[in-house]
Amino acid sequence: MTAITDMPETPRAARRPQPGNPVLHWLRKNLFSSIPNGIITVLLLALLAKGIFSFVQWGIANAVWLTPTGDSSACRAARGLGACWAIIPEKYRFILFGTYPFDEQWRPALSVVLFIALYYLSTRRALWRRELVYLWIGALALISLLMWGGVLGLSFVSQDRWGGLPVTLILATFGLAFGFPLGILVALGRRSKLPAIRSLSVLYVELIRGVPLVSLLFMASVMFPLFMPAGFNIDKLLRAQIAIILFAGAYLAEVIRGGLQAVPRGQYEAADALGLSYWRKHRLIILPQAIRHVIPPLVNTFIAFFKDTSLVLIIGIFDLLTTAKTAIIDPAWQQFSVEVYIFVAAIYFVFCFAMSRYSRSLEARTTPK
Amino acid sequence: MTADHPRPPPRRRFVLGRNELKGLFWQALVVGIAVGVIAFLWSNTVTNLSARRITTGFAFLGREAGMPISDSLLAYNPRDSYLWAFVVGVANTLRVAVIGIVLATILGTLIGISRLSANWLLSRVAAVYVETLRDIPLLLQLLFWYVLMQALPAARAAWRPVEGVFLSNRGLILPAIPFGPPQLAVLGTAVLGCAVFFLVRRWLVVQQMRDGKPRPAWPFALGLIVVMPVAISLVLGVSWTIEWPQLRGFNFVGGLTLAPEYFALLIALVTYTSAFIAEIVRSGIQSVPRGQWDAANALGLRRSFMLRQIILPQALRVIVPPMTSQYLNLTKNSSLAVAIGYQDVVSIANTTLNQTGQAIEAIALIMAVFLTISLSISFFMNWYNSRIALVER
Repeated sequence: MTAITDMPETPRAARRPQPGNPVLHWLRKNLFSSIPNGIITVLLLALLAKGIFSFVQWGIANAVWLTPTGDSSACRAARGLGACWAIIPEKYRFILFGTYPFDEQWRPALSVVLFIALYYLSTRRALWRRELVYLWIGALALISLLMWGGVLGLSFVSQDRWGGLPVTLILATFGLAFGFPLGILVALGRRSKLPAIRSLSVLYVELIRGVPLVSLLFMASVMFPLFMPAGFNIDKLLRAQIAIILFAGAYLAEVIRGGLQAVPRGQYEAADALGLSYWRKHRLIILPQAIRHVIPPLVNTFIAFFKDTSLVLIIGIFDLLTTAKTAIIDPAWQQFSVEVYIFVAAIYFVFCFAMSRYSRSLEARTTPK
Repeated sequence: MTADHPRPPPRRRFVLGRNELKGLFWQALVVGIAVGVIAFLWSNTVTNLSARRITTGFAFLGREAGMPISDSLLAYNPRDSYLWAFVVGVANTLRVAVIGIVLATILGTLIGISRLSANWLLSRVAAVYVETLRDIPLLLQLLFWYVLMQALPAARAAWRPVEGVFLSNRGLILPAIPFGPPQLAVLGTAVLGCAVFFLVRRWLVVQQMRDGKPRPAWPFALGLIVVMPVAISLVLGVSWTIEWPQLRGFNFVGGLTLAPEYFALLIALVTYTSAFIAEIVRSGIQSVPRGQWDAANALGLRRSFMLRQIILPQALRVIVPPMTSQYLNLTKNSSLAVAIGYQDVVSIANTTLNQTGQAIEAIALIMAVFLTISLSISFFMNWYNSRIALVER
C-alpha cells in the first residue's frame, strides 16, 4: 500500500499533451462527453434559442419604450406582439413611492439611499462592533424623521400616504431591528433552565411558526382593534409591522438557538468560572460566538423575510408589490401588468441576489476547505 | 463505601439558595407579565365583543354560510353551514398542498441532479432557474402566473398542446376517468396490495438473512399490486373509459378542469418550492464522500444499484430534515391563495370573519388547521427520518 501512496503527486493529465484545440476539448468535455449528454445539449440549445428569440422579439424588438405622457395607444397597438415598457416611465413614481406627496418624493428616495448605505455598512466585517448598533439606531431615527417630517421645515406626511419601496424596506428593516433582539431573548429563553420561561418561549415559537404569515397579518389587521381598549387604535402599518416583528422573532430565535447549541460547553463553564453574571456571560462570551456560527443561515432568513414583507398586500398596505398592483388598475394601462411585475421582480431580485451572494461569500470564508 | 452499609442520603432541607430564589423571581416576573398582558387583552376583547353584540363561541358554525365557493373538491352549495364551508376549504388547501408537494419534490430532485450534471449547459440552466426563482417573492410570482392565465385565449380559441388537452382562460382541461365508488374500490385494493407487498418483502429479507438465499420479490409485487386489482376490476365490471373534454358553446363539457386560480397557485408553489428542494438535493448528494462512489465502483456495482443502495441512503439522511421544512413552507404558502381568489381554508375563514365578525374563532380555526397539518407532516417526516437515520453499531 505504501508504494502507491508514496508516489509523487504529479497529476497525470499534466504530463499528457492536451488534445488539439482547447475550445474543442472544452466542448467535448463539458457538452458532448457522451451520447445522452450530446442529445441533452442539443435539445437545451434548441429550447434556449427559441425562448431567447421570442423574448428578444417581445421584450426588445417589438417593444414600445416611450409614449407621450398618459397615452397608451402605441402600447395597445403593439399588444400581443411586443412589451410595453413605456408603462414604467409613466408609472415609476407611483410604483416606487406610492401616494407620497409628489413634490416631497425626494425624501423617500433619500431614505432608500440611506437604507442601502446602512445595509452596505453592516456587511463590512471591520464595522462589526458595538458602534454598528448606534449606527443602526441613528440611521433608523434619521429615516423616520425624513419620512414623517413635521420638523426642520419639512412638512408632515402621515404614514397612510407612505408607499412603495420605502415601505417594503421599512417593514423589513424595522422588523429585523426589533425581531433580532426578540429572537435572541426567546432563543435564550428556550435554552433556559427555568421551566416557566422555557415553556413560554417554546409556546411562542411553535405557535408563530405553525401558522402562515397571512393569518398573522389578518389577525393584526382585524383582531388588533378588538384587543385594545375602546377608542384606542393604532395605525394599520404599525399593526402589520408588529405582526412582522413577532413573526421574524420566532424564526430568528430558531436560527440563533442553533448557534447557541454550537458553542462548546467549555465556553459556558469558563465564563461561569470567571464569576460572570448570566447576562454578562451571554453578552461577552456566548452570543458573539453563537451569532458568528450562524451568519449564513441568518442572512438566508433575512432574504426569506424580505420577500415575505410582500404579503402585506393581502391586508392592503402599500408596499412595493401593492403599488405595482395598484398602478395597473388604471384602465388605460390595465393590460400591461406583466411588464410592471417584471420591473418589480427585478427590484426584489437585486436586493435578494445581493444578499445571497454575500451569504455565499461569508460561507466560503468561514467554512474550512 | 461498602455495599452492605449504604449511607442514608443526606436529608435535603428545604432551603432555597440565592440562585434558586433569583430563578423563581425571574420566572414569576415573566409569567406575571405574560398573564397580565393576556388578561388585559382578554378583558378588552370581551368588552369590545359585547359592545358589538357578538357572542363568542363556535355556535355560528351551524348557521347557513351563504358564501359561494366556485371551485371545490367536495359538493357544496351556499345553503350549507359554515362548518361545511370550512371543511371544503380544508379540502381545497390539502388538494393544492399534497399535489404541490409531490410535484415540487419530483421537479426539485430533477433540477438538483441537473445542477450536478457533467453537462455544463444543463448545470448552468439549472443554476439560473434556482437563483431566479429563489430571489423573487412567491406572491409576486403567483400574481404573475395568474395574470398570464387570464391573458390566455378564450375557450373557443383554446390552445391544444396535445389532443384532448385544452389551455384557455378557463384553466387547464384534461381528459379524465370519471371516478366513483367502484373505481375507488379498485384503487383501494392496489394500495392495500402495496402495503401487503411491503410486509412480504420485509419477510423475504428476514428469510434471506437466515439462509443467505436470495428470493425474488417481483412475483409478489406483480400479484399483489397488478393482478389482484385487475382481477377485482374485471369481476366487478368497473368501467375505465376515458372521458374526453369537448367544447360546447362557450365552455367545456367532461374531463377534468383545473380552474385558473388553482392552476396558477399550483404552478407558483411547485416552481418556487422546487428551487429550494433542488438546493437541498444538491447539497445532500454532495455530502456523500467521494470515497463511497469510488468504493462502489471498485466493487463493480451497477450504476442503478450503486445509486439506490449506496449513495441515496446516505444522501437522504442529509436531505430529509430540511425537506420537511420545505413541505411545511409549501403548505403554509398555499394560504397566499387568498390573493388570487382560490378559496382555501384561510380565504374561507377570512370571508367568515367578515360576514360574522367572529374574529377569534375564525383565526383559532385557521391555527388549528395549520397546526394539525404541520404536526402531521412533521410526525410523518420524523418517522421516516428515524427509519433512514444512521444506526451506529
